[in-house]
Formats: sequence, structure tokens, C-alpha cells
Amino acid sequence: MAKLLVKNKDLVVPGEVLVEGMEYLPAGNVFRDKDKIIANTIGLVSIDNRLIKLIPLTGFYTPKKDDVVIGKVENITFSSWFMDIGCSNLAMLSLKEATSEYIERGADLGKFYNFNDVVVARVINVTKDGSIDLSMKGPGLMKLSNGRVVNVTPSKVPRVIGKQGSMISMIKEKTGCKMTVGQNGKIWIQGPDPKNEKKAVDAIKLIEEYSATDGLTEKVEVLLK
Amino acid sequence: MISKEYLISILDKKTRVDGRKLEDYRKVEVEYDISKNAEGSSKVRIGDTEVMAGIKLEVGTPYPDSPDEGTIIVGAEFLPISNPEFESGPPSIASVELSRVVDRGIRESKALDFKKLCIVEGEKIWMVLIDIYVMNDDGNLQDAAALAALAALSKAKMPKYDVESGKINYKEKDGKLPLEKMPVECSLAKIGEHILVDPGIEEEGLLDARLTVASVGKEVNALQKGGNGTLSIDDVDKMLKLAVEKNADNLKKVKK
Repeated sequence: MAKLLVKNKDLVVPGEVLVEGMEYLPAGNVFRDKDKIIANTIGLVSIDNRLIKLIPLTGFYTPKKDDVVIGKVENITFSSWFMDIGCSNLAMLSLKEATSEYIERGADLGKFYNFNDVVVARVINVTKDGSIDLSMKGPGLMKLSNGRVVNVTPSKVPRVIGKQGSMISMIKEKTGCKMTVGQNGKIWIQGPDPKNEKKAVDAIKLIEEYSATDGLTEKVEVLLK
Repeated sequence: MISKEYLISILDKKTRVDGRKLEDYRKVEVEYDISKNAEGSSKVRIGDTEVMAGIKLEVGTPYPDSPDEGTIIVGAEFLPISNPEFESGPPSIASVELSRVVDRGIRESKALDFKKLCIVEGEKIWMVLIDIYVMNDDGNLQDAAALAALAALSKAKMPKYDVESGKINYKEKDGKLPLEKMPVECSLAKIGEHILVDPGIEEEGLLDARLTVASVGKEVNALQKGGNGTLSIDDVDKMLKLAVEKNADNLKKVKK
């Protein structure tokens, strides 16, 4: 008989035993050791019928295909750019995927995207050995010339966006800022005035801090007033 | 993450990335006696920057050129938890600079009366070990470290020392340290044509030049310049004036 040792939304730490017995199945961020299911990371328990998984409180970004991310140019080679998107490997943007313009042989690639330029790109491929390919072709993918980038824990990105983008559109509307949220937890903000940008940053910080509590939307609304 | 051009365009509007004015200091908090085993200890927060300092006293032999003077030894450690760029291992250039800046602020202002730290002339002196731990780096570690060191010194108690047996009794206290003056430090940054007080971590990464000013009252005791940019005489004048003003404010946070 399976013994459930935790409740839904319990906070657990790595190594904590969640279930004894074979009736439950391990899903994300947990693993099975003989008849036990054990937490792999710090996070909140989520029980869905027989599936046990953890919603991580913090952690690094693991790239997935079709994620829109914000990256910074770290290196330029003869035929590609390498971008820091906040995970262990640099992501590669190849010449073919960078622009639809004609690039002459031997042209200076720094003219298109130079060191420390910030771009919005899409992940088109992630291989098993960890190399990541990016593309700049698609709607909304561009170089970001002005504005600032703030970081949140990647696991909190869904809370920043909200249901059907409700949270992010509220911040955009109330502060008048342009914003782009990367799935890697980097958020680009550009506003009409530094004060508006600061408000948007504060709102994001608030969401990150209180993401696991009820009434988050109200809290953000009060802050933005 | 912010580009330098954009940062300067924000500064042109007389405001900063975190909403402060150019001459505003962040909120400073001082906490005392955080360690049981240290003779004196403190924790200082400037915004999200967090630095701890602890004082230990040991008996040692004096330097040959100053047989009747005690000494201070400042060590700074940047814990890897405080900033993704810090790594454990031998001290980095930045941590050596930090401990030197704190050391100089205390030494050059003659805050501690070294003569009173002498036990037996030419043989035994008190060595004041000031250890600084950076818990979180959100910019301007110099000011936080200097303030933490001063706060810890102001609360530190001397242990009892028995000259004949040569034993230190750390459990019994024997009065306070001979802290005569209260040196405070203030860091300023020059970015483009703008001078700003108390740079945050983003500003610190993009600054042209940095000046740390240690002062007691209106008397400036030590300066440390950082960054690759240059400072004109007018810049330095303006910075010194601002620093003395801010140091007076921050001194109020430390209890005597």
C-alpha cells in the first residue's frame, strides 16, 4: 500500500521522501529509488491523480524548442554568433538564421549583431549533448537597442506572464512600458520615462517574491496605482 | 543588464536605474553583535548589499620600527554566494583592494590609538584582526565594509590578558577598544559627465571612474580611485564635498 508523505503545495527540499510504495508515478523534478519517490530540487509538490511532480522554486533555465529567449552576444565567429541565454552552454545563431539580408563573404558580422548586443531570438533546436541553435526569423524577433533587462528565476516566468498574458499586459498598460519576456527569465523593459521602467521592475520583483501566494494580481494592481 | 548609452540617457534625466536621484544614498541599516565568539561584530546593509564584519584580538610581537604600537590586520572575503562572478580560492584583486581601502580608512585617520594597544614595549602588542565577509553584492562594497568594520570596532570589547602566564581570557572583558575617531567612507562614480553617490551593481559595472573617500568630520583621510576613466580637479572637488556630507549622515547610523 502506497503511503503519501506530503500534501499538495507542500514545500520540500532535495532528498526528501515524498511517497513510499509503487502506486504513484514520478513526473518532473522527482526520481524513484526502489519503492520511494524522492525530491530532486527545492519546490512545491503538485499531485495530479497518480502523478507526483515538483514545481521548482528556483533553478537554471533548460532550453526547449520554440522557446522565445533573450540573449546577449558573447562571441562572434566567421559564420555565427554565440549568445548567453542564461544556461550552461552558449547558444549558436548561424548566419543562415540571423537575417534575410544578403551577407557578403568576409563581411564584418559585428555590423549585424555586435558584442553585448541584446536580442530576442527563438530556440529552433536543442541537441542531446546540449548545443542550442537560435533563429532570428519570425515575428517579434529583433535586436533590442534601448531599455534594460531584468532577470527573474525561469520557473517564475509563467507567473510574470499570467493567464493568457493577463499579468504582463496589465503591467504594460499601467506603466506604458514596452516589454518582452524571454522564457529564460530575462525580461526586457523600455518605457517612456525611467520612473515608469522602475515601476515595471518593482512589479516584476513583487511577482517573483510572492509568486506562490494568493491574490497576486491584486498586490500588483495596488503597487502599480 | 543595461547598455552604457542607455544608462547615460537615464542619468541625463537626473534620475537613476533604481529610481534614486544622482546624489541619493540607499537605505543604510546597521545590526550589532551578530557573532558570539567575536570581540565585536556587525552586519551592514546598503540597499541589498550585505556585509558582515568581525573583530578578534590576538597578542603578537610588534614590528621592529614601531615597538610600542599595536596593529590592525584587515581581511576581506568575497563569498561565492554573494555574486555569480566571485569564486572561492585565493583572494581576488577586488577583495585585496577592499581590505586595503578599509585598512587605510582606519589607519590613516588614526581612529585606533595604536600606542594604547601596546602591552609590553618591544615584546607584546594587541593585534586587531578585522574580518570582512561579503554576503551579498549589490554594489558599493567599500562603504558597506568600512561601515561594518567601524560599527564592529565601536562595540568591540578587549579580552583580559595575563602578562605573566601569557594567556588570553576571552570570557572576561577588559574595557573597550581605544577608538578615538570615527572614519566613514563614501564611494562616488563618474559615468559620462555625471557624478553619482553610492553606485549600484549595474552602475559599478559601467562606470568610468570611481573615488572612495574616507573622512572624519570634515577631514579627509584617505582616497582610493578606481576605474579606467579620468577625474578633473573640479570633479574631485565636487566628489569630496558630497562625500563629506554623506559620511556625516552615515555616521549617525553607528552608535558610539
